[in-house]
Amino acid sequence: MLTSVPEALNAFSAGLILISAFAMVATRQVRGVLRFFVYQSLLLSLSSFVLGYGTHSIHLWALGVITIAAKVVAIPFVLRRLLPGDFYERREISQAVNIPSSLLLALLLTLVSEFITGPVVSAAHDSVLRVNVPVGLAGVLIGAYSLVARREAIPQLIGILAMENGAFFAGISIAPELPLIAELAVAVDVVLIVVVVGLLTRSIQQTLGTTEAAALSELKEEPVEWH
Amino acid sequence: MALIAVVAIPVVAALLCWIGLFRRYAWGITLAATWSVFALCVFVSARVAAGDRVVGLAGWLECDGLSALVLLLVSFVCAVACIFAGGYMHRAEHESEPRLWWFYSNYNLLVFALLAVPALAEPNLAWVCMELVTLFAVLLVGFDSTSSALEAAWKFAVLTIMGAPVALFGFFIMFWAFRSGTGGAWETWDALRSAAPSLDPNLLKLAFLLVFVGFGAKSGLAPMHTWLPDAHSQAPTPVCAVLSGVKTTVPLYIILRLLSVILASPAARVGGWLIGLGLLSVGIAAFLLLQVRDYKRMFAFSTVEHMGIILTASGLATRAADFGAVSQMLNHAITKSLCFYVAGIILLALGTREIESVRGLFRVSPFAGSALLLSCLAIAGAPPFPIFLSEFSILSAGVRSGQYATVWILAILIVVAFVAILLHANRMVFGKPTLPCPRVLLPATCRVAVFVAAAPVIILGVYIPPPLHNLLRLAAVQLGGR
Repeated sequence: MLTSVPEALNAFSAGLILISAFAMVATRQVRGVLRFFVYQSLLLSLSSFVLGYGTHSIHLWALGVITIAAKVVAIPFVLRRLLPGDFYERREISQAVNIPSSLLLALLLTLVSEFITGPVVSAAHDSVLRVNVPVGLAGVLIGAYSLVARREAIPQLIGILAMENGAFFAGISIAPELPLIAELAVAVDVVLIVVVVGLLTRSIQQTLGTTEAAALSELKEEPVEWH
Repeated sequence: MALIAVVAIPVVAALLCWIGLFRRYAWGITLAATWSVFALCVFVSARVAAGDRVVGLAGWLECDGLSALVLLLVSFVCAVACIFAGGYMHRAEHESEPRLWWFYSNYNLLVFALLAVPALAEPNLAWVCMELVTLFAVLLVGFDSTSSALEAAWKFAVLTIMGAPVALFGFFIMFWAFRSGTGGAWETWDALRSAAPSLDPNLLKLAFLLVFVGFGAKSGLAPMHTWLPDAHSQAPTPVCAVLSGVKTTVPLYIILRLLSVILASPAARVGGWLIGLGLLSVGIAAFLLLQVRDYKRMFAFSTVEHMGIILTASGLATRAADFGAVSQMLNHAITKSLCFYVAGIILLALGTREIESVRGLFRVSPFAGSALLLSCLAIAGAPPFPIFLSEFSILSAGVRSGQYATVWILAILIVVAFVAILLHANRMVFGKPTLPCPRVLLPATCRVAVFVAAAPVIILGVYIPPPLHNLLRLAAVQLGGR
């Protein structure tokens, strides 16, 4: 099936990306979640380097460099500057769903994304596509799921960023000639997301004394009594 | 040139507000910037309405009927909201606040991002600017730093930023469809649209579905609407007007652009999705409107309702319904921003957001009372006002295209929302005042903003100037219904 070294390497990093997505779901400590996100971003850039080498595409090389600069260097740096150190030692004791069930659900989401993309991908005779699109969609879905299951602010933020990684992992196979300016803009945008949400988390911490998103439940709809 | 200035001026103004020397004049700078942007947008849309194609940078900044309409709406609402901010933000409780310059700097950046989305011809960059809109809006929603404002900002941030990677995935798939259909890389919306007939319809539908879900969350369509009432009730009032009036319209603009690509492809059909989700939004909003307690939330739910109506109309996919959809976009923007200015005045005068505690507003403050009555009648869609006209034209377009079930459901839900809004308005405006409340002198800028915002709401109901009518017609053509 696999014909060349770059494709084999890409498939290898696809597997590891999926595993790091599962690891993010299974980790309680904030620091651990952040670490797995950085690993995942490194794998994403590895994939775009090897695919760039295989297809002689300068765009993919640039994307790999941008990914490292934004997600491996800038995002952890910004988070550490914005939030105090003890923040990362925190562990989430109560999650909406316990971890074994979460992993099971993540597995289910992976199967679902294989099913959804299967017919579309198999029409294109390209073995890279067949690996990247289902894994990318699984990354997006698992990230979205961890947003729902997580209670702490920063793991929720990292869930969003992991969704972005999933989208890009599919993107490097299906849209390799994306204009460079768009890629740069997306990277700047991702860092800005972290700055804004980090600032917001800091003011929530200062005002409410907690960063549990579950504590934010003041605003809701209550029925009015008609006279 | 004009188009470049439109996106450059707000950035310059934002930088000026940052510089220490000018921080004291932040409001003046923002006012000058937003009004000159509005003047330029009028100029650009007048040229578009006369049949020209306005190009700022070929392939990057271009403007056709639909984008000119959105530019015009965004610049108008942002300019009037800036007048309102003058009196509203500079009250006693904010005066000690040294961060007002920060507010205006952010506001200018939000205006920039809102204008850039319709002005950009490159879809991926439009996606990026849509993200920027969300981020600057999050900072403005949380500006007050009270616990409820921060909660609203958090929900807003998580739910709407989460939509972005989903939409990005959709854009990648669109790119894939374009590449495998034509062999090249796409540049603009127009290139995508003219290539649409030769693209794989299944990929197009998948891409549209992902973008629809991702940006539908950003424009507050039901089931992803839950952040909207919180954000639109907790943000400072001028920001509410911008968020509710145009920030919800801008992601819808991108959805409609993609819809025109889908309609250009003979095999891909998505009208059913649009009508289904549109009617769901209208329905959920209509019944939540009946039981709402907070008048700012009431106007927020009415925004969900109107987004649903626009979506349903564009799902009908006829030329007449498209005309109704773009008119509804226009009328929603001008009327909803007026509603939030009025809500802001009531909040200033009475200091409460609860419908229950506002009684006999007409006696407490005749100005606020009559403004509330006018804006509620206008937003609910009572006859002499423009929303009545656009809703009526959507319904009649539906009847003419034979989609009776859709029209019936839509009409019933519109009536439910109408009754709900007017019941609340009736209880607030008339009756005996319950709060022993001293007459407050409203800031002059707030009054001016209400008058400026009310003028088009009153005029457009009876007379639409020919250039504007032309612009609406061109925008409807862009939607691509038959």
